[in-house]
Amino acid sequence: MMAPDAFPDEPTGPFEPPPRTFEDGRGRTLALRRYGETLDDVAAERRALVAMYDDFDPADRAQGIPPSNGPAVRTWLDGLLVDAAIHVLAWDEDAVAGHAILVPDRTGAYELAIFVHQDYQGAGVGTRLIRALLGAGAEAGVERVWLTVERWNRPAIALYKGVGFETTEAASFDLEMALRLAPVATSPPSEDP
Amino acid sequence: MQVLLGLGGSDDGFRALERTVARVAGAGDDLVVAVLDNPTTGVSPADVEARVEATLEDAGVEAAVRRLEGDAGPSLVELAETEGFDEIVMGGGEESPLGKIAVGRIAEYVVLNATVTVTLVR
Repeated sequence: MMAPDAFPDEPTGPFEPPPRTFEDGRGRTLALRRYGETLDDVAAERRALVAMYDDFDPADRAQGIPPSNGPAVRTWLDGLLVDAAIHVLAWDEDAVAGHAILVPDRTGAYELAIFVHQDYQGAGVGTRLIRALLGAGAEAGVERVWLTVERWNRPAIALYKGVGFETTEAASFDLEMALRLAPVATSPPSEDP
Repeated sequence: MQVLLGLGGSDDGFRALERTVARVAGAGDDLVVAVLDNPTTGVSPADVEARVEATLEDAGVEAAVRRLEGDAGPSLVELAETEGFDEIVMGGGEESPLGKIAVGRIAEYVVLNATVTVTLVR
Protein backbone atom coordinates (compact mmCIF):
# COMPACT_ATOMS: atom_id res chain seq x y z
CA MET A 1 0.00 0.00 0.00
CA MET A 2 2.76 2.46 0.86
CA ALA A 3 5.05 1.88 -2.12
CA PRO A 4 4.32 2.43 -5.81
CA ASP A 5 3.05 -0.48 -7.88
CA ALA A 6 5.18 0.63 -10.81
CA PHE A 7 8.27 2.77 -11.32
CA PRO A 8 9.24 4.75 -14.42
CA ASP A 9 10.91 2.61 -17.07
CA GLU A 10 13.47 5.23 -18.05
CA PRO A 11 16.39 5.57 -15.64
CA THR A 12 17.39 9.03 -14.41
CA GLY A 13 20.92 10.21 -13.80
CA PRO A 14 23.78 10.39 -13.38
CA PHE A 15 23.89 12.40 -10.16
CA GLU A 16 27.17 13.56 -8.68
CA PRO A 17 27.74 11.74 -5.38
CA PRO A 18 29.08 13.42 -2.25
CA PRO A 19 31.43 14.77 -1.03
CA ARG A 20 30.92 18.11 -2.74
CA THR A 21 30.95 21.74 -1.77
CA PHE A 22 28.90 24.54 -3.28
CA GLU A 23 27.97 28.15 -2.70
CA ASP A 24 24.30 28.58 -1.86
CA GLY A 25 22.04 31.39 -3.09
CA ARG A 26 23.13 33.59 -0.21
CA GLY A 27 26.85 33.20 -0.62
CA ARG A 28 27.41 30.56 2.06
CA THR A 29 29.77 27.70 1.29
CA LEU A 30 28.10 24.42 2.20
CA ALA A 31 29.52 20.91 2.18
CA LEU A 32 27.52 17.83 1.20
CA ARG A 33 28.73 14.64 2.82
CA ARG A 34 27.44 11.24 3.83
CA TYR A 35 26.51 10.86 7.49
CA GLY A 36 29.59 10.02 9.52
CA GLU A 37 32.15 11.63 7.21
CA THR A 38 32.38 15.15 8.58
CA LEU A 39 33.03 15.49 12.30
CA ASP A 40 35.53 13.56 14.42
CA ASP A 41 33.01 11.04 15.63
CA VAL A 42 29.55 9.89 14.70
CA ALA A 43 28.11 10.84 18.09
CA ALA A 44 29.03 14.48 17.40
CA GLU A 45 27.34 14.29 14.00
CA ARG A 46 24.23 12.85 15.55
CA ARG A 47 24.20 15.74 18.05
CA ALA A 48 24.52 18.27 15.22
CA LEU A 49 21.68 16.56 13.35
CA VAL A 50 19.47 16.47 16.44
CA ALA A 51 20.25 20.17 16.98
CA MET A 52 18.91 20.96 13.49
CA TYR A 53 15.67 19.12 14.23
CA ASP A 54 15.32 20.66 17.70
CA ASP A 55 15.37 24.06 16.00
CA PHE A 56 13.22 22.98 13.04
CA ASP A 57 10.24 25.21 12.24
CA PRO A 58 7.09 23.19 13.12
CA ALA A 59 5.38 24.75 10.10
CA ASP A 60 7.82 22.83 7.89
CA ARG A 61 6.78 19.45 9.26
CA ALA A 62 5.05 17.22 6.75
CA GLN A 63 3.03 14.04 7.12
CA GLY A 64 3.99 13.69 10.76
CA ILE A 65 7.76 14.03 10.36
CA PRO A 66 10.00 15.20 11.80
CA PRO A 67 8.23 14.45 15.09
CA SER A 68 7.42 17.60 17.01
CA ASN A 69 9.01 16.91 20.38
CA GLY A 70 12.58 16.25 21.42
CA PRO A 71 12.41 12.64 22.63
CA ALA A 72 10.34 11.59 19.63
CA VAL A 73 12.84 13.19 17.24
CA ARG A 74 15.63 11.17 18.82
CA THR A 75 13.70 7.90 18.61
CA TRP A 76 12.76 8.64 15.01
CA LEU A 77 16.36 9.43 14.02
CA ASP A 78 17.75 6.35 15.76
CA GLY A 79 15.34 4.23 13.73
CA LEU A 80 16.69 5.79 10.54
CA LEU A 81 20.42 5.97 11.35
CA VAL A 82 20.90 2.32 10.44
CA ASP A 83 23.37 0.69 8.07
CA ALA A 84 20.74 -0.09 5.44
CA ALA A 85 19.79 3.59 5.08
CA ILE A 86 21.69 6.31 3.21
CA HIS A 87 22.02 9.78 4.73
CA VAL A 88 23.53 12.89 3.19
CA LEU A 89 23.95 16.07 5.24
CA ALA A 90 24.47 19.66 4.14
CA TRP A 91 26.95 21.33 6.50
CA ASP A 92 27.55 25.01 7.13
CA GLU A 93 30.83 24.62 9.01
CA ASP A 94 29.84 22.43 11.96
CA ALA A 95 26.10 23.06 11.82
CA VAL A 96 23.67 20.91 9.83
CA ALA A 97 21.67 22.92 7.28
CA GLY A 98 19.83 20.01 5.66
CA HIS A 99 19.36 16.26 5.79
CA ALA A 100 18.31 13.87 3.04
CA ILE A 101 17.48 10.21 3.59
CA LEU A 102 16.93 7.00 1.63
CA VAL A 103 15.43 4.15 3.67
CA PRO A 104 14.71 0.69 2.24
CA ASP A 105 11.15 -0.60 2.25
CA ARG A 106 10.11 -4.24 2.28
CA THR A 107 10.23 -4.51 -1.51
CA GLY A 108 13.84 -3.43 -2.01
CA ALA A 109 12.84 0.06 -3.16
CA TYR A 110 13.85 3.14 -1.13
CA GLU A 111 11.69 5.87 0.35
CA LEU A 112 13.20 9.35 0.11
CA ALA A 113 12.76 12.37 2.34
CA ILE A 114 14.58 15.67 2.62
CA PHE A 115 14.57 18.36 5.31
CA VAL A 116 16.16 21.79 4.99
CA HIS A 117 16.41 24.06 8.03
CA GLN A 118 14.39 27.24 7.62
CA ASP A 119 17.52 29.44 7.59
CA TYR A 120 18.67 27.68 4.42
CA GLN A 121 15.45 27.46 2.45
CA GLY A 122 15.04 29.32 -0.82
CA ALA A 123 18.78 29.19 -1.46
CA GLY A 124 19.03 26.15 -3.71
CA VAL A 125 20.16 23.86 -0.89
CA GLY A 126 17.36 21.33 -1.38
CA THR A 127 18.20 20.73 -5.04
CA ARG A 128 21.90 20.24 -4.32
CA LEU A 129 21.15 18.00 -1.36
CA ILE A 130 18.71 15.73 -3.17
CA ARG A 131 21.04 15.37 -6.16
CA ALA A 132 23.89 14.39 -3.84
CA LEU A 133 21.62 11.87 -2.08
CA LEU A 134 20.60 10.31 -5.40
CA GLY A 135 24.28 10.16 -6.37
CA ALA A 136 25.09 8.38 -3.10
CA GLY A 137 22.13 6.06 -3.67
CA ALA A 138 23.19 5.16 -7.19
CA GLU A 139 26.70 4.43 -5.93
CA ALA A 140 25.24 2.11 -3.33
CA GLY A 141 23.23 0.24 -5.97
CA VAL A 142 19.82 1.78 -5.23
CA GLU A 143 17.53 1.56 -8.26
CA ARG A 144 13.94 2.35 -7.29
CA VAL A 145 13.19 5.47 -5.24
CA TRP A 146 9.79 6.77 -4.18
CA LEU A 147 8.26 9.39 -1.93
CA THR A 148 4.97 10.89 -0.93
CA VAL A 149 4.30 14.61 -0.70
CA GLU A 150 1.30 16.67 0.33
CA ARG A 151 -0.51 17.86 -2.79
CA TRP A 152 -0.42 21.52 -1.72
CA ASN A 153 3.34 21.50 -1.19
CA ARG A 154 4.20 23.00 -4.57
CA PRO A 155 7.84 23.92 -3.81
CA ALA A 156 8.59 20.35 -2.79
CA ILE A 157 6.77 18.89 -5.79
CA ALA A 158 8.71 21.22 -8.11
CA LEU A 159 11.97 20.11 -6.48
CA TYR A 160 11.16 16.43 -6.98
CA LYS A 161 10.02 16.93 -10.57
CA GLY A 162 13.15 18.91 -11.27
CA VAL A 163 15.39 15.95 -10.47
CA GLY A 164 13.26 13.53 -12.47
CA PHE A 165 10.54 12.15 -10.19
CA GLU A 166 7.28 11.25 -11.92
CA THR A 167 3.87 11.17 -10.28
CA THR A 168 2.73 7.56 -9.89
CA GLU A 169 -0.41 8.04 -7.79
CA ALA A 170 -2.48 11.17 -7.45
CA ALA A 171 -5.80 9.94 -6.11
CA SER A 172 -5.31 10.51 -2.38
CA PHE A 173 -4.34 13.28 0.07
CA ASP A 174 -0.71 12.77 -0.85
CA LEU A 175 0.95 12.58 -4.22
CA GLU A 176 3.15 9.56 -4.72
CA MET A 177 6.20 10.07 -6.93
CA ALA A 178 8.85 7.65 -8.15
CA LEU A 179 12.15 7.59 -9.98
CA ARG A 180 14.41 4.88 -11.36
CA LEU A 181 18.10 5.58 -10.81
CA ALA A 182 20.53 4.91 -13.62
CA PRO A 183 23.14 2.38 -12.52
CA VAL A 184 26.56 3.87 -11.96
CA ALA A 185 28.81 3.14 -14.91
CA THR A 186 31.88 1.12 -14.11
CA SER A 187 35.19 2.53 -15.41
CA PRO A 188 34.87 3.06 -19.15
CA PRO A 189 36.68 0.54 -21.30
CA SER A 190 39.97 1.76 -22.66
CA GLU A 191 39.92 2.73 -26.32
CA ASP A 192 43.54 1.80 -26.75
CA PRO A 193 44.14 -1.63 -28.23
CA MET B 1 -23.30 8.07 22.59
CA GLN B 2 -23.69 5.83 19.56
CA VAL B 3 -20.27 4.97 18.14
CA LEU B 4 -19.67 3.26 14.80
CA LEU B 5 -16.20 1.81 14.32
CA GLY B 6 -15.19 0.79 10.80
CA LEU B 7 -12.25 -1.45 9.98
CA GLY B 8 -11.18 -3.53 7.00
CA GLY B 9 -8.16 -5.45 8.21
CA SER B 10 -5.33 -2.90 8.26
CA ASP B 11 -3.15 -2.61 11.36
CA ASP B 12 -4.28 0.90 12.18
CA GLY B 13 -7.90 -0.33 12.16
CA PHE B 14 -7.13 -2.99 14.75
CA ARG B 15 -5.33 -0.39 16.90
CA ALA B 16 -8.42 1.82 16.66
CA LEU B 17 -10.56 -1.15 17.69
CA GLU B 18 -8.52 -1.84 20.80
CA ARG B 19 -8.55 1.78 21.93
CA THR B 20 -12.22 2.22 21.20
CA VAL B 21 -13.23 -0.94 23.02
CA ALA B 22 -11.28 0.23 26.08
CA ARG B 23 -12.88 3.67 25.93
CA VAL B 24 -16.40 2.39 25.38
CA ALA B 25 -16.11 0.11 28.38
CA GLY B 26 -15.36 3.12 30.57
CA ALA B 27 -17.73 5.64 29.01
CA GLY B 28 -20.80 3.46 28.65
CA ASP B 29 -21.19 4.28 24.95
CA ASP B 30 -23.00 1.99 22.53
CA LEU B 31 -20.61 0.49 20.00
CA VAL B 32 -21.29 -1.06 16.62
CA VAL B 33 -18.33 -2.49 14.70
CA ALA B 34 -18.58 -2.49 10.91
CA VAL B 35 -16.34 -4.92 9.05
CA LEU B 36 -15.51 -3.37 5.68
CA ASP B 37 -14.34 -4.77 2.37
CA ASN B 38 -10.74 -3.68 1.99
CA PRO B 39 -9.04 -5.99 -0.51
CA THR B 40 -5.73 -4.08 -0.19
CA THR B 41 -5.10 -5.46 3.31
CA GLY B 42 -4.98 -9.12 2.31
CA VAL B 43 -7.09 -9.99 5.38
CA SER B 44 -10.48 -11.53 4.64
CA PRO B 45 -13.61 -10.01 6.18
CA ALA B 46 -14.23 -13.32 7.97
CA ASP B 47 -10.81 -13.14 9.63
CA VAL B 48 -11.36 -9.50 10.56
CA GLU B 49 -14.71 -10.41 12.08
CA ALA B 50 -13.18 -13.24 14.13
CA ARG B 51 -10.51 -10.90 15.47
CA VAL B 52 -13.12 -8.29 16.33
CA GLU B 53 -15.22 -10.84 18.23
CA ALA B 54 -12.16 -12.01 20.15
CA THR B 55 -11.17 -8.46 21.08
CA LEU B 56 -14.69 -7.67 22.28
CA GLU B 57 -14.83 -10.85 24.31
CA ASP B 58 -11.44 -10.22 25.93
CA ALA B 59 -12.59 -6.76 26.97
CA GLY B 60 -16.02 -7.94 28.09
CA VAL B 61 -17.68 -5.38 25.81
CA GLU B 62 -20.99 -6.06 24.09
CA ALA B 63 -21.17 -4.71 20.56
CA ALA B 64 -22.96 -5.64 17.38
CA VAL B 65 -20.62 -6.66 14.57
CA ARG B 66 -21.90 -6.01 11.06
CA ARG B 67 -20.41 -6.92 7.72
CA LEU B 68 -20.71 -4.13 5.13
CA GLU B 69 -20.42 -5.30 1.56
CA GLY B 70 -19.37 -3.17 -1.37
CA ASP B 71 -17.53 0.11 -1.48
CA ALA B 72 -16.27 0.58 2.08
CA GLY B 73 -16.29 4.38 2.45
CA PRO B 74 -19.77 5.05 1.07
CA SER B 75 -21.38 2.11 2.88
CA LEU B 76 -19.91 3.18 6.22
CA VAL B 77 -21.05 6.78 5.80
CA GLU B 78 -24.53 5.65 4.75
CA LEU B 79 -24.88 3.37 7.77
CA ALA B 80 -23.78 6.13 10.13
CA GLU B 81 -26.23 8.62 8.70
CA THR B 82 -29.28 6.41 8.24
CA GLU B 83 -29.03 4.94 11.72
CA GLY B 84 -28.19 8.14 13.56
CA PHE B 85 -24.73 7.41 14.89
CA ASP B 86 -22.98 10.26 16.72
CA GLU B 87 -19.47 9.37 15.69
CA ILE B 88 -17.49 7.27 13.21
CA VAL B 89 -14.14 5.92 14.45
CA MET B 90 -11.43 4.60 12.15
CA GLY B 91 -7.72 3.88 12.06
CA GLY B 92 -5.62 7.01 11.70
CA GLY B 93 -3.17 5.88 9.06
CA GLU B 94 -0.11 3.77 8.56
CA GLU B 95 3.52 4.76 8.78
CA SER B 96 5.89 4.59 5.84
CA PRO B 97 9.44 3.26 6.36
CA LEU B 98 10.48 6.88 7.01
CA GLY B 99 7.73 7.42 9.53
CA LYS B 100 5.44 9.48 7.30
CA ILE B 101 1.81 8.97 8.13
CA ALA B 102 -0.54 8.18 5.26
CA VAL B 103 -4.27 8.25 5.94
CA GLY B 104 -5.97 5.30 4.27
CA ARG B 105 -8.20 5.72 1.24
CA ILE B 106 -11.33 4.64 3.11
CA ALA B 107 -10.65 7.02 6.01
CA GLU B 108 -10.00 9.83 3.57
CA TYR B 109 -13.37 9.26 1.89
CA VAL B 110 -15.15 9.14 5.24
CA VAL B 111 -13.48 12.29 6.59
CA LEU B 112 -14.44 14.25 3.49
CA ASN B 113 -17.96 12.91 3.05
CA ALA B 114 -19.48 12.10 6.43
CA THR B 115 -21.79 14.60 8.10
CA VAL B 116 -21.19 13.10 11.54
CA THR B 117 -18.03 13.53 13.61
CA VAL B 118 -15.14 11.34 12.50
CA THR B 119 -12.35 10.29 14.84
CA LEU B 120 -9.11 8.90 13.43
CA VAL B 121 -7.24 7.01 16.13
CA ARG B 122 -3.48 7.39 16.14
